[in-house]
Amino acid sequence: MQGTDFTISGRAADLRDLRIIAADLRKDILETLGKSNSGHPGGSLSTVEILTSLYFYKMRHNPKDPKWAERDRFLLSKGHAAPALYCVLAKCGYFPKEELGTLRKLNSRLQGHPDPNKLPGVEIPGGPEGIGLSEGIGMALAARLDKRKHVVYVLMGDGEQDEGEVWEAAMAAVKFKLENLVAIIDKNGVQQEGKTMDIMPTDSLAEKWRAFNWEVIEVDGHDLQMVMNALDEATGKGKPVVVIAKTIKGKGVDFMEGNPEYHGKVPNKELLEKAIKQVEYKGN
Amino acid sequence: MGETKTASLREALGEALVSLGGEKKDMVVVGADTTESMKTLEFGKKFPERFFNVGIAEQNMIGISAGLALSGKTVFCGTYVVFLERAIDQIRNTVAYCNLDVKIIGSHGGISVGPDGGSHQAIEDLSIMRAIPRMVVLAPADSYSTKALIRQAGMSKGPAYIRILRSATPMLYKGNEDIRIGKAEVLEGGSDLTIIANGIMVSEALRAASMLKEKGISSEVIDCHTIKPIDTETIIRSAKKTGAVVTAEDHNVFGGLGSAVAEVLSMGHPTRMAMVGVKDTFGESGDGPELMKKYGLCSENIFNEAIKLVKK
Repeated sequence: MQGTDFTISGRAADLRDLRIIAADLRKDILETLGKSNSGHPGGSLSTVEILTSLYFYKMRHNPKDPKWAERDRFLLSKGHAAPALYCVLAKCGYFPKEELGTLRKLNSRLQGHPDPNKLPGVEIPGGPEGIGLSEGIGMALAARLDKRKHVVYVLMGDGEQDEGEVWEAAMAAVKFKLENLVAIIDKNGVQQEGKTMDIMPTDSLAEKWRAFNWEVIEVDGHDLQMVMNALDEATGKGKPVVVIAKTIKGKGVDFMEGNPEYHGKVPNKELLEKAIKQVEYKGN
Repeated sequence: MGETKTASLREALGEALVSLGGEKKDMVVVGADTTESMKTLEFGKKFPERFFNVGIAEQNMIGISAGLALSGKTVFCGTYVVFLERAIDQIRNTVAYCNLDVKIIGSHGGISVGPDGGSHQAIEDLSIMRAIPRMVVLAPADSYSTKALIRQAGMSKGPAYIRILRSATPMLYKGNEDIRIGKAEVLEGGSDLTIIANGIMVSEALRAASMLKEKGISSEVIDCHTIKPIDTETIIRSAKKTGAVVTAEDHNVFGGLGSAVAEVLSMGHPTRMAMVGVKDTFGESGDGPELMKKYGLCSENIFNEAIKLVKK
């Protein structure tokens, strides 16, 4: 896939190619985390099909010109999924893949949480949760002022929905009638200290967003075709759209799936090898 | 130095934004339901398409401002300081961390705010903002310097915090001075003592200086409108000349102007000092001038501290 002209959107890929990319990304994420021995595997693995659909199917972007004014924006609001973002950016060619091994190390451009001033392709800083949708509103308003047609995609976590600022932004995006703004929620059901149902229940998420007057699309966040269809439908509705993607934290690795322990812990060497074998493309 | 005429810093802000907005087509203003009071609405009336009111949602205001700045806009945003302080996370982790062109206005700074009470009297903002890397921190004293500093902030790159006041303040400048970010203004020359003040305390400092003059003490009065980056050169030059420095601010004595001056002098030219400011306490309801007297934010207190210092 490297070298594809992304500026016309990476639609060259068929479903099988995209599945291979997704499998490669999972492997890259695990290997990268293995080298840093620090970072967040669970919430990175749950985003893989979402990122694959955006960067290799939906978005207009150009790794050779990361600041291209007409590019679609991807804002990683759940900044702890930085390893997933870095792996997808490297795969697109924003920076050399070898650099993934510097994650979280001194003098690296790959900060523990993304820093847009350090790494090309990163749009917003990560770290505290709940800020990305507000930044997305600012970018969508700027696009409208500049009469540009690009779309702003913001990926949040479901634990992140605990933050009050998310709901401040939810109201504002509707007030400003932003049809060039798409929120995506990686609803993996687990946050740092346990299941979201126990920490702070978000079971009626779709109803909450509908009540805020957003258009809601619910999908299986690991079904590439469903995610791509949702992204195709997500703009031009006269109001903002949220795609609620039901996912599995730690997707692809049996001992990590749904396990809060792997929110912010890297498996040991032996388990990591086992995990990498499990995520390899099996041709299905 | 005529002190009879007063003028509103908020009106100065509104005028400065409208004037800048005419020149800078990429400038936008974001507010949080305090835009009429702060006069940022004047910009909104003139340029409605570049003006966004996000309601009582300060965190969202800063986040949206950051998004606009990340798309190449020069952003002015703001609300009353005490409300703004709930968005310190967004100010730190987005605006400052990414070095964005977001100029944050904090209105209604200090105990001089008056009747709204202690909940509305911000006395810690300069300290907090000063501790955030990259943040330029400004606290102008009058209408003319407010306009000048707002204009420069708008024309320069990176984040800035500008604290303005609820009440009108005496006009200290004639209108032809070259007010510059990072350059303290020596308003009166003197040889026995230096008084360094900002905001509403500059006119109190000038009053104290004339009281001291009657006692035969010659005071140099400096308007230190930029707390960061602080004008080390002017402060040290004056301290070398007078050998005694009193600072005066409508802010906690911990972390504000007094602390900034003490940092400069302790390392650059150790000098006897006294700090006039809020003594690590919250305010209460009352008229602005009454409160300033009660909390020692007045010319009499500067005078007393100066006498003690000079006699040492």
